[in-house]
Amino acid sequence: MIHFVVHDEGDSVGVVVVEGVKSGQKLNGWIMDQDKDIAIDAKSDIPIGHKLAIKALKSGDTVIKYGVDIGKTIADIAVGEHTHVQNLRTKRW
Amino acid sequence: MDLGKSTFWGYKRENGRIGVRNHVLILPVDDLSNAAAEAVASNIKGTLAIPHPYGRLQFGADLDLHFHTLIGTGSNPNVAAVVVICIEDQWAKKVGDAIAATGKPVAYFGIEQHGDHDTILRASKKAKEFVQWASELRREERPLKDLWVSTKCGESDTTSGCGSNPTVGNAFDKLYPHGVTLAFGETTELTGGEHLVAARCRTPEVKKKFQFMFDRYQAIVEAHKTSDLRDSQPTKGNIAGGLTTIEEKALGNIQKIGRKCLVDGVLDKHETPTGPGLWFIDSSSAAAEMVTLCAAAGYTVHFFPTGQGNVIGNPILPVIKLCANPRTVRTMSEHVDVDVSGLLRKEMNPDQAGDALLECMFRTANGRLTAAEALGHREFVLTRLYESA
Repeated sequence: MIHFVVHDEGDSVGVVVVEGVKSGQKLNGWIMDQDKDIAIDAKSDIPIGHKLAIKALKSGDTVIKYGVDIGKTIADIAVGEHTHVQNLRTKRW
Repeated sequence: MDLGKSTFWGYKRENGRIGVRNHVLILPVDDLSNAAAEAVASNIKGTLAIPHPYGRLQFGADLDLHFHTLIGTGSNPNVAAVVVICIEDQWAKKVGDAIAATGKPVAYFGIEQHGDHDTILRASKKAKEFVQWASELRREERPLKDLWVSTKCGESDTTSGCGSNPTVGNAFDKLYPHGVTLAFGETTELTGGEHLVAARCRTPEVKKKFQFMFDRYQAIVEAHKTSDLRDSQPTKGNIAGGLTTIEEKALGNIQKIGRKCLVDGVLDKHETPTGPGLWFIDSSSAAAEMVTLCAAAGYTVHFFPTGQGNVIGNPILPVIKLCANPRTVRTMSEHVDVDVSGLLRKEMNPDQAGDALLECMFRTANGRLTAAEALGHREFVLTRLYESA
């Protein structure tokens, strides 16, 4: 069962595609472009459609999704942690 | 799917364009003509009236766009013949003559000095003649490049960015090398990723025109918005669904143009493509408005990826709905043509999803009614630029 998908293996984040992901749960991910599998432990409860970090990030790091810069972190983020408005911001304003 | 020798069955129109539908339209130029248009369509079975609320006291570019949209809709190759009804004769003739320039049968009628009843009588006689004539037209086998395919997404959520939009991108990448004429738009929805679209413009000229359209729309939003953009892009609904930044939202949107397509040209709202390739149409992100502009520009099939479940169609442009959200596919199944929710369960890969969409495209082109057509969704929504005088 696929719990999250990643667009490109260079991305920093994946998207959870099932409901009910809980902290501590072992998750199976699919990297769609390269058709590879990846396994990560959830470090937070993550709602369906939301992102989790698949690489360790430091505060101020650029976050890559779809192979493109989508913003910067404003806190350190561990692999498997929920990545959203509390720790990721646009660089635009 | 090897598209190299692919064909479809379409109607060859007098101007050489190929249609995948055979509509006889009863086209009101203004709101006053709606009642007569609907009465004619009711009298003559197999004709289609497209009532709308506008056409009076418009001026300038807004009026030009109104005429372009009506004329373009009537000229679309999915339309076999047109009966034009207007409150007065001069604009009836203006619209009628412009559509007749395509070579298709057109008749036009003004209501002033006649009244509804006499207009309905005169128009019904021509509508009957046209629909019986059109019913004898036959499809012929045509190469893939005779199809014009547009796309717009709606009621998007994260499954759009992960699933249904990349599926369209996969299909567009496959269609592009075969000389198909393609289109995308939704100018404001590119915000955050506009530099990526600009980078894919084929020439500096195209890039400049794209930037102009983008900046112009931003200026309109800036001039009229009543709250800080920070709170509205992404929207609260987007954020609840998992989208965090405006760039991320735009990227989900841009997935629809695939990886390989270049932007070959840019069209203002009232312009028509002049060759094959991918065209950007400056347009609203409101679904029916944008699809109406695609139909007016001459597109004959439309890919509409949805997340939460958009239901719109168009009177003359068959709208194919594809969806990767399993809950939407389950709860709104009557609206979905292509279910790609398997993509997010790894039951299909992006290539297979793209092929499923292309298969539906061929079936639709060859005559299969889309869900929106079968459900009677015929949203015909004119884009306005500003107030009437």
